[in-house]
Amino acid sequence: MTVHQSISDEAKPAYNYAYLDEQTKRMIRRALLKAVAIPGYQVPFGSREMPLARGWGTGGIQVTAAIIGPDDTLKVIDQGADDTTNAVSIRRFFERTADARTTEATDEATIIQTRHRIPEAPLKAGQIMVYQVPQPEPLRKLEPHEAETRKMHAWAEYGLMQVKLYENIARFGEVTTTYDYPVMVNGRYVMAPSPIPKFDNPKMQMSPALQLFGAGREKRIYAVPPHTSVRSLDFEDHPFRIQSWEQPCALCGAADSYLDEVVIDDQGGRMFVCSDSHHCETRRAQGHRGTMLGDATASGLVEAKS
Amino acid sequence: MTLHVPPPETVLDPQPLLSVAKVSRFYGERIGCADVSFDLWPGEVLGIVGESGSGKSTLLRCLAGIDKPDQGEVLFRGGAEPLDIYSVAEQERRRLMRTAWGIVHQNPRDGLRMDVSAGGNVGERLMDNGARHYGRIRETALDWLQRVEIAGNRIDDRPRQFSGGMQQRLQIARVLVSEPKLVFMDEPTGGLDVSVQARLLDLLRVLVRDLGLAAIIVTHDLAVARLLTDRLMVMKDGRVVEQGLTDQVLDDPHHAYTQLLTSAVLTV
Repeated sequence: MTVHQSISDEAKPAYNYAYLDEQTKRMIRRALLKAVAIPGYQVPFGSREMPLARGWGTGGIQVTAAIIGPDDTLKVIDQGADDTTNAVSIRRFFERTADARTTEATDEATIIQTRHRIPEAPLKAGQIMVYQVPQPEPLRKLEPHEAETRKMHAWAEYGLMQVKLYENIARFGEVTTTYDYPVMVNGRYVMAPSPIPKFDNPKMQMSPALQLFGAGREKRIYAVPPHTSVRSLDFEDHPFRIQSWEQPCALCGAADSYLDEVVIDDQGGRMFVCSDSHHCETRRAQGHRGTMLGDATASGLVEAKS
Repeated sequence: MTLHVPPPETVLDPQPLLSVAKVSRFYGERIGCADVSFDLWPGEVLGIVGESGSGKSTLLRCLAGIDKPDQGEVLFRGGAEPLDIYSVAEQERRRLMRTAWGIVHQNPRDGLRMDVSAGGNVGERLMDNGARHYGRIRETALDWLQRVEIAGNRIDDRPRQFSGGMQQRLQIARVLVSEPKLVFMDEPTGGLDVSVQARLLDLLRVLVRDLGLAAIIVTHDLAVARLLTDRLMVMKDGRVVEQGLTDQVLDDPHHAYTQLLTSAVLTV
């Protein structure tokens, strides 16, 4: 779905292009340049009030606003889906203020703003991922003092992060962190990859796309430039593993995508479906069929598409 | 007056491990400690005694790199080059503090991570120094827990499930696991009852002798000083009033204050 909507006449004088004023955009771009120059390093920036609550993606929106232009095509993901409230609102925000084309197709997008997921379709060179980050400091829960965490980053003292993983293994037999799983960027900085499932961590490794992270409430920007090493932390004898499921997607039959569990009745019935809604639709359009697609179409859960 | 009696196994080492020269720390107008100088030799245990407020802990903090003294220098000869710990970068000092040094705090809560299991507490220094093999870290942690007489099956318990004495022993294991050359102890037996104290002292004595550690122990307990230390420094009002071999100082005190201190000890 591609919606092209020009700025309505009455909206034009009220706001600058892409909502933020030019000075603010320059400030954010400077922070972005610095972030790209030092992969994984958290750069402070003057986060602005945005027309939505902090914690709803203000960091990501500010980054997108600073880099978007009239030639860009924007895709917004929330919980893996393109059609949830926040994704729809943010897309419409940039349609109105930045005259942006929007899309749900991963390979058509030049900018993909996301919360929780990296699309299943491989990213290409020239694409930019913008992550909305609630807590940019991976060490925050382990070390409450900001001055101390900065020193730990400055001198790469990351033993404490390893202690956390040790505790997990000692208590549960494996690392139980399943999202926001800490990564080592470019062999130097430990970074919080935002609340994406650890399933998506390997997609960051040597990705051809530029990845930008914005934390609006915490006023931090960081980045992973294209083709940069992003290694998930682990132990030699307990290597990093991603989640796996016993069954494929019930709608499209994909066995290699991240699945959400959906409760479908009060009799204990459930189905597992792709969390990346665009990926699932694309596969169904290609003729892939999961075991429950017929039922789901009949009951109106899924739109029947020819 | 300086008297050096290094233990026999380290006699060949010609250099003091730690040289302290005219260290002073002031709190505004008041003196924390003033003009303290001494040498500490490898394998030697030095006691610092004195009443509350005599500057013992201030001095220890200055020596251990926690608190920068206003004057004087602290020279550490752990590596090839002697290191003035307050002129090197903070990064280097922190590295030193988690490898070649250890600090045992009076309150185990200051030295332990209370929400991390015993194994994690002991393993932290290993991981700080780059260990990334879970099995080996755990093995080492288990070994150290047993050396400080904590049962191996308590390895996954948190410190808050331990008694005070066990917490103190855990803290010692956590510090010694990186095989430091020098350990600072601030009242290691403070707050423990007498029988637990006795066992902890035994343990410390064995560990210090086995590992050839040099240690600086701050205490107000003269019995602890006599049991553990080779040499004693007596402090009053921030200044060292007397120093010498422990037995000498305690049995034949010269300074009036030391005489008062030794005579104040209760005997049962």
